[in-house]
Amino acid sequence: MNFDFSDDLKQLRDQARRFLAEQSPPKVVRHVLEGGEPYTAVLWHGMAEMGWLGAAIPEQYGGAGLGYEGLCVLAEELGRTLAPVPFASSAYLATEALLLAGTDAQKRRLLPKLAEGSTIGCFGLAEGTGNPDPANVRVRAIGGKLAGSKWPVMDGDVADFAIVVARDDAGEIGLLLADLTAGGISRRPLATVDPSRDHARIDFAGADVERLGADGGWPLVQRLLERAAIMVAFEQVGGADAALEMARNYAQERYAFGRPIGSFQAIKHKLADVYVAIELARSNAYYGAWALSADAAELPLAAATARVSATEAFHLASKENIQTHGGIGFTWDVDCHLYYRRSKQLALALGSAPWWKHRLVELIEMRNAA
Amino acid sequence: MDFNDTPDEAAFRNEARAFLATNAEPKSRARPVLRLGDLGGDGVQRCKEWQAKKADAGFAAITWPKQYGGREASPILAVIYQQEEDNYAVPRGLFEIGLGMYIPTMMAYAKPEQLDRYVQPALRGEEVWCQLFSEPAGGSDLAALRTRAERDGDDWIINGQKIWTSGAHLSDFGIIVVRTDPNVPKHEGLTFFFLDMRSPGIEIRPIHQMSGASHFNEVFFTDVRVPDAQRLGAVGQGWKVSLTTLMNERLAVGEVHRPDVEDLLELARSLMLNGNAAVRERIAEWYARTQGLKFTRFRTMTALSRGQTPGPENSIHKLVNASKLQDIASYGMDLMGMAGLVMDDDLAEAYAMFQQALLSAPSARIAGGSDEILRNIIAERVLGLPADIRVDKNRPFSQVPTGRR
Repeated sequence: MNFDFSDDLKQLRDQARRFLAEQSPPKVVRHVLEGGEPYTAVLWHGMAEMGWLGAAIPEQYGGAGLGYEGLCVLAEELGRTLAPVPFASSAYLATEALLLAGTDAQKRRLLPKLAEGSTIGCFGLAEGTGNPDPANVRVRAIGGKLAGSKWPVMDGDVADFAIVVARDDAGEIGLLLADLTAGGISRRPLATVDPSRDHARIDFAGADVERLGADGGWPLVQRLLERAAIMVAFEQVGGADAALEMARNYAQERYAFGRPIGSFQAIKHKLADVYVAIELARSNAYYGAWALSADAAELPLAAATARVSATEAFHLASKENIQTHGGIGFTWDVDCHLYYRRSKQLALALGSAPWWKHRLVELIEMRNAA
Repeated sequence: MDFNDTPDEAAFRNEARAFLATNAEPKSRARPVLRLGDLGGDGVQRCKEWQAKKADAGFAAITWPKQYGGREASPILAVIYQQEEDNYAVPRGLFEIGLGMYIPTMMAYAKPEQLDRYVQPALRGEEVWCQLFSEPAGGSDLAALRTRAERDGDDWIINGQKIWTSGAHLSDFGIIVVRTDPNVPKHEGLTFFFLDMRSPGIEIRPIHQMSGASHFNEVFFTDVRVPDAQRLGAVGQGWKVSLTTLMNERLAVGEVHRPDVEDLLELARSLMLNGNAAVRERIAEWYARTQGLKFTRFRTMTALSRGQTPGPENSIHKLVNASKLQDIASYGMDLMGMAGLVMDDDLAEAYAMFQQALLSAPSARIAGGSDEILRNIIAERVLGLPADIRVDKNRPFSQVPTGRR
């Protein structure tokens, strides 16, 4: 039994934690939140230099070859500091789509640039209200031209290209590669509950697109979501852990009725429950990391489980952090709301909790029927 | 990351599997094995026979010193054995806690000749041990216990009452903590002994539980004589010795609670409710919690495997499991609708395990550290939050306020 990260990866984690404590403190997150820039470019380039953007990209395509466990370790630290960068879109979703389905030429063209951070990718799935479902895909790619609207697209306003889920001439679901700097495309940033992360609406009006290699239809979309869900679960665990730490520190320092509020059981028990939720989520995320790195058959169920746990933990930790702070926690100047916003952003980004819960049970049923 | 045993662990696992395959019956998934020490009929005899077999094969005290019949092996091997044994329907409930907590306390404080006398019979299940800690006035606040012991020559004379003693009526010996000085603060006036449960003046009365069963007892002491030679630790050091006992609380090793989330899914399927979105959401949440605990245990095993000692974070297992059991039991009965209340053996769904669990689950949230105490442990010892302000700490026990109950 070796259900822990290796010493090398723990070193990577420590290094990442130090780097991000310096490069992604709350004031950097606030700068993006308050509209200073759509993402923190300096941080992004620093991450590229450290090899993080190509963590899961094989060395032959210019990556660092840290592997999926390495990517998960980084995700937890990025989540902890609420890093305002397009990492999930570019390094999980777009990179994974290329790795899973891209032609060799597409990989050669894009993966090295993704690894060095000179190109940012995003993933266009949602078309307004609704969860991931082939029935909700109405954008069409007819004769190599894309028509329709995708929103919200995480990092859609800062990305250079998009992997777009659309229907082809035959009405089949497929993945398409769209150069977002080409003609026939307009996009605008969207107001969201978490302005510390970029979101856009992208309108395609006959834009030129190419098929993403071998493609794979809806099952490929599902696979991509599952793989990303594991990495996002680490971001959620990191964010939840930071929110709990903030609440814990406040409860130790804040006095009321002549004693630290952390000595009241009402606060203790609340924070103990948060701790429990985070530990369960962390353990499920670890299992997901194992499934990713071993490319295990259990990956879909591991991903759904990690997703359900991590979403619950971050939601609980971020809301109870505000509650522990009391009135001051509801002010703009105190950082509680940064975690609260991010927890909901991540909870919705890959499909909301009810959808993942349904999927989880479906996967247990499939396993039991087998 | 991997889930593989080391070569030593794998060899041990094979040895355990071979022993179990030859000597025990595999569990069937359908009907739950009720674990709650239902020790009526020939239950005690079956427990004793199984314990002797296990001890003779070297699986009863894997971490103990060799001189007392152990293997001096890492706790990871004990966990591995438990994982394997959980696949079999073996008679349990009479010895596990005693060997996990009471005998290790003896090993820490008893004299060598006492250990030569008591350890081996305990290990082979020839003698049963119980723990006399809780009292009507000392539950979560154990150190508030009031049973008195007074010195009389080479003996002590005990008067008072203990409660929630599992298996007292089946026990040969017990460990006990009593108050020897009420005029000092409560933790300083306690002393620890072991005693013969057949000593004159001991009266044992079963407690009729709300579930209908009687696993626990009240034990009354009227002028019970215990030789000073059976004192464990110094006079006034009883609290410290008690902590040794409590710290030896077994590493939570996947104790099987039924109904579990798979039982609930099966119930929903058989009632054709598994397509209901609300039902699916609840099942998914419990599944995620179940898996989270399972993998938390794997992380603990990894730490054990590296020679680290698990700490207070282990409180998480019972805290999550007990409520989950209660909630799954209640929800399963809701799914049955109006017939959910039926426990009649011929008519009840799923062998009435949901109903039985509903009635037994409250004890899981109280025994061995209540939910509230476990949350305090996590908050204070894991998160480092300050201790509660205590009015009983620095005044003589005899002056501490008491209520009427």
